[in-house]
Amino acid sequence: MVQAAKLEATRAVFGPTLIKLRKEGLDIVCVDADLGYSTSSVKFGREFPDRFFPVGVAEQNMIGVAAGLASTGKIAFCSTFAVFAPGHCFDQLRMAVAQPKTNVKLVASHAGLITGEDGASAQSLEDIALMLSMPTFNVIVPADSIEAEQALEAAARTDGPFYIRTMRAKTAVVHDDSYRFELGKWSQLREGSDVTLIAIADMVAVALDAADLLSADGVSARVLNAASLRPFDRDAIIAAGNETGAIVTAEDHFVHGGLGSIVAGALAEARPTPVEFIGMRDRYGTSGTSAGVLEYFNLTAKAIAVAAKKAIDRKSE
Amino acid sequence: MAATQTSVDELKSIARRVRRNIIRMVVAANSGHPGGSLSAADILVTLYFRTLKYDPKKPDWPDRDRLIISKGHITPGVYGVMGEAGYFSTDEFDNFRTPNALLQGHVIMGKPAGVEMSAGALGMGLSFSLGQALAGKLDGKDYTVFCLLSDGDCQEGQTWEAAMSAGHHKADNMVAIVDRNHIQNDGYSDFQRYENGDQPSKPGGWVMEDNHTANIMDLEPFPAKWEAFGWNVIHVQDGHDFDALTDAFEQARSHKGQPTVVICETTKGKGVSFMENNPDFHGKAPDKEQTEQAYRELAD
Repeated sequence: MVQAAKLEATRAVFGPTLIKLRKEGLDIVCVDADLGYSTSSVKFGREFPDRFFPVGVAEQNMIGVAAGLASTGKIAFCSTFAVFAPGHCFDQLRMAVAQPKTNVKLVASHAGLITGEDGASAQSLEDIALMLSMPTFNVIVPADSIEAEQALEAAARTDGPFYIRTMRAKTAVVHDDSYRFELGKWSQLREGSDVTLIAIADMVAVALDAADLLSADGVSARVLNAASLRPFDRDAIIAAGNETGAIVTAEDHFVHGGLGSIVAGALAEARPTPVEFIGMRDRYGTSGTSAGVLEYFNLTAKAIAVAAKKAIDRKSE
Repeated sequence: MAATQTSVDELKSIARRVRRNIIRMVVAANSGHPGGSLSAADILVTLYFRTLKYDPKKPDWPDRDRLIISKGHITPGVYGVMGEAGYFSTDEFDNFRTPNALLQGHVIMGKPAGVEMSAGALGMGLSFSLGQALAGKLDGKDYTVFCLLSDGDCQEGQTWEAAMSAGHHKADNMVAIVDRNHIQNDGYSDFQRYENGDQPSKPGGWVMEDNHTANIMDLEPFPAKWEAFGWNVIHVQDGHDFDALTDAFEQARSHKGQPTVVICETTKGKGVSFMENNPDFHGKAPDKEQTEQAYRELAD
């Protein structure tokens, strides 16, 4: 189990990382839509007030202003909750960012069921699908605060559109300080030979717990953190299919259009393999504590372990 | 490369060429948007031949004035004037709207070089302009960002988000220009323009004989809306008068402390009699006979 692990919210590193990068000389600006305390962008605003542009509760305008800033050579970050961007502004992201490939970095927090008490309207379960539907967007879902900081830096130093999805809740830090995020590479957090558990965000720690449960039953589970969803790590998927022959995906998002679809698509093309999908299906969320809501919808270590055994049973198909 | 000395006679001649370019493109593609291109033609000619600082050989010049086309469907008008201004060979007009052509159906950032932003979905230009204006202030540049909007643009919520935020940020280095022709895709926005003119004023909900709905969205009181959002308003009663447009754009550029909107009263389809004030030619090419008539009316 990931016990006594350090807990930190991925959203909390946003503002401090922008400050660090600006101090290193990067031409960073940040546009904000009245959620700067929640996304932590306000820390950057206090440090660099002339580079921080509040637009009020107006997310469509936020994306357009960011694109305009980017067109002059700035690295334009913007942030709000995932239900508001991309939620409110798919068209703006498509026209002003994705098609012209402007250097805009949308950092959306409070994604997924783990957002908890605020309930269904606040729990973004579609944002990854929306962002992956636009082919020029890099899409990153950090698993912990260490990875989030590095993903933000990679986004700042790589020209072009980026979507980075962060979470409200404090979650387990699964990487150590030696970890190095690489665009398009999935990190293997545990070796295993019977099945591969591929997870993103808060579900990475849950998948590690599932691997412990499986290990107790004599099942060897590989665990991959799929933070880089575009570009994604095709080689890691194919290797998992070849070497373990059974796969479970786990995501705090609808199972269609997200991680599960990427993994299933890559395997269908190259190496048909039994896959089980853990995530939300066919309905919306509910209020509750983060842990309570995840439990209610079976986004748990136990559910992943059950799915893993089912995928292993299907190897003979 | 602002040719402020270009005479009105020269501008008239250029505008006739631009209007012929518009007809040439929509006929070549058998599609496109002549109505709004013709209504904005004199605004675009004034901008490119009197107002804007630019160099067609250096489209990325950091100190250039920006022109953001929010009404992204009027590519025949935009390309028609950019071709005359030397951004690309006018031979490209004949390839308008063909696969991978330089001149696509709606504006695309950087294609051709000199087009500042992609558009086609209305309502997005003013936000982008504000971003460029804020960057200009941050970088200590003295360029002005102009943004060309349509009646339809001003029905999109994002335009008013941007208007509110430009007022808040006192973005006096940006200028909105509204091509206020009072006609949009499905018919007439409103009839304010005709109150004292030669066209009938009609009450809301009235349906035209050709099934175009009147009063799709009444934008009035239009100047007051902008004023309420913190903007300086200049209302040009004849948006086809080159000197009036020139004066308005220069006043707008020099106004300090708040952004300026120049509301230009224009005639949709201006210059081609059967297209004037006719919603049918918002997004349709003329047939062979109509094309011949258009060219006759636009001859030097």
